[in-house]
Amino acid sequence: MTATLLIAVNVFRESVRDKVLYNLVLFAVLLMAASYLIGQLTAGQDVRIIKDLGLAATSIFGLFIAVFIGIQLVAKEVERRSLYSLLSKPIERYQLILGKYAGLVLTLALNLGMMAVALYVVLVYMNWTTEPLMRAAWEAPALDPALLTAIALTFVELAVVTAIALFFSTFSSPLLSAAFTFALFVAGRFSADLRNFDQAVDSPAAAALAQTLYWVLPNLAQFDVRARVVHGLPITAGYVGLAVVYAALYVSALLLAASLIFSRRDFK
Amino acid sequence: MILATRVPWVQTVLVSIMAGLLIAAAGWVQQVREGRFPPPPLGATSLSITSGSLVKRLTAGYNTLAADLYWIRAIQYFGGIRLKLADPSGTLTRGEPIPTDYDQLYPLLDLTTTLDPYFTIAYRFGSIFLAEPFPSGAGRPDLAIALLEKGLRARPERWEYMQDVGFVHYWWRQDYPAAAEWFRRASEVEGAPWWLTSLAAVTLAEGGDRASSRLMWQAIRESAEIDWLQRDADRRLMQLQAMDDIDALQAEVDRVGSSTDALVRTWEALRGPRLSGIPVDPTSTPYTLTDGRVALSPSSPLFPLPEEPKRLIPPAS
Repeated sequence: MTATLLIAVNVFRESVRDKVLYNLVLFAVLLMAASYLIGQLTAGQDVRIIKDLGLAATSIFGLFIAVFIGIQLVAKEVERRSLYSLLSKPIERYQLILGKYAGLVLTLALNLGMMAVALYVVLVYMNWTTEPLMRAAWEAPALDPALLTAIALTFVELAVVTAIALFFSTFSSPLLSAAFTFALFVAGRFSADLRNFDQAVDSPAAAALAQTLYWVLPNLAQFDVRARVVHGLPITAGYVGLAVVYAALYVSALLLAASLIFSRRDFK
Repeated sequence: MILATRVPWVQTVLVSIMAGLLIAAAGWVQQVREGRFPPPPLGATSLSITSGSLVKRLTAGYNTLAADLYWIRAIQYFGGIRLKLADPSGTLTRGEPIPTDYDQLYPLLDLTTTLDPYFTIAYRFGSIFLAEPFPSGAGRPDLAIALLEKGLRARPERWEYMQDVGFVHYWWRQDYPAAAEWFRRASEVEGAPWWLTSLAAVTLAEGGDRASSRLMWQAIRESAEIDWLQRDADRRLMQLQAMDDIDALQAEVDRVGSSTDALVRTWEALRGPRLSGIPVDPTSTPYTLTDGRVALSPSSPLFPLPEEPKRLIPPAS
């Protein structure tokens, strides 16, 4: 456990020094600030646009961070040959995988936190400059705590994506890992189409395959509650709980598979 | 130059100034070129993709953001045409024809609401400006109803959408049985205001009347989330006020005319305790009096007055 923690802290320290990370977070923050200007074009829907853009930016930039750092976690060590000195130490290979994963998830949490703060700063300003009569017409308050639920579920979704990226990085090149991870991300977002495939095709075999894929592939659409949050619709604790449990199970399966593949790899 | 090579910051400043001057020169050349060879006029707005389900796939799940972009586009499209109609010489580019319809409004709102079925303002905006006749709107009450019914499929608890459907039937189609049915359905939704029940009953029993119309426009005005809807509701309420004024003035003109047995042609004939000057409408434009008939001035911002919802049963005299 100590080794895993040490590796996680090291990954976190390396990640926060990565310039790509700073540029992505800076861009996300600038986008949120710009959303205030974009909101002026929307005929009274400015707070809605700010929330939509802020939550989408958090998700998109978080995705880039998860994928582009996640695919490098193992590949970079192999390329720099620092992996050999690591493996010569008394640590198990699965501890390396778990530590890498925990470190990146911690990095994601920090970055999502920063983006959440930026979003709330813009919303505080919006709330302060809007007349009470206009505020009363909003579907949800500007400083709606439910936004944190949306961001939390985005974080959970990105934790799954990170596990996918790490899984592929244990046996594939960074370019292919990125391609596979993005492909699974898109497939996970549209998994509902697989479920209803039998309505679009006549072949029972194809429908059965689609159904199987629906249950096997990660269902990422369930973590997207942005529309409900922005419109002030409730999200139950039960829904959030089930989504988190699903993510935990899927991540555990991916990390197990990644650990197994990594432990069997011959780095000579 | 020796200083520039020996002192790096001097070199940076000099290079920056040179680059800035070159870009400024390029801008000036572009201006000269556009003066001699004007760019072609902008083509009409066109939608390359009209399928909401296709756009959903292209946005990889970021549907609400895409919905916001299409909403901005719908607003800019609608406002752009309004501006061109209000000031053609100032807003149309050379060779651009004057718009004759809002043909892209429904597709844009349909895309917006397909991407985000909870986008309330898009439905309500559509209910007003799709139904209003040109040049205020698209003149398509059928599309307004279609959009609202789509909203109800996503959110059957929104009584406001039902009220809006009823309103379109009432005001634009003058189909009072259909309007009454929608008001009744709206009144049965939890949280609906009390007056919808009486509105349904009155509409069914008596058809259209000004008091009901005023009530509906006031409700739209109070629930409107954007300036345009509020301004449109204000305008309609002022038109109803003008209709009341015209009725009262016409009654006075008829009374004076029957007492003198002559057509009243000027406002001076009505001067008295109830009328001290030339009567004006809510926008302070004087009413006209021509051959004993009171009317709204064509120069009034409220012109033309809407066709009044018809009473099915005449009021008891």
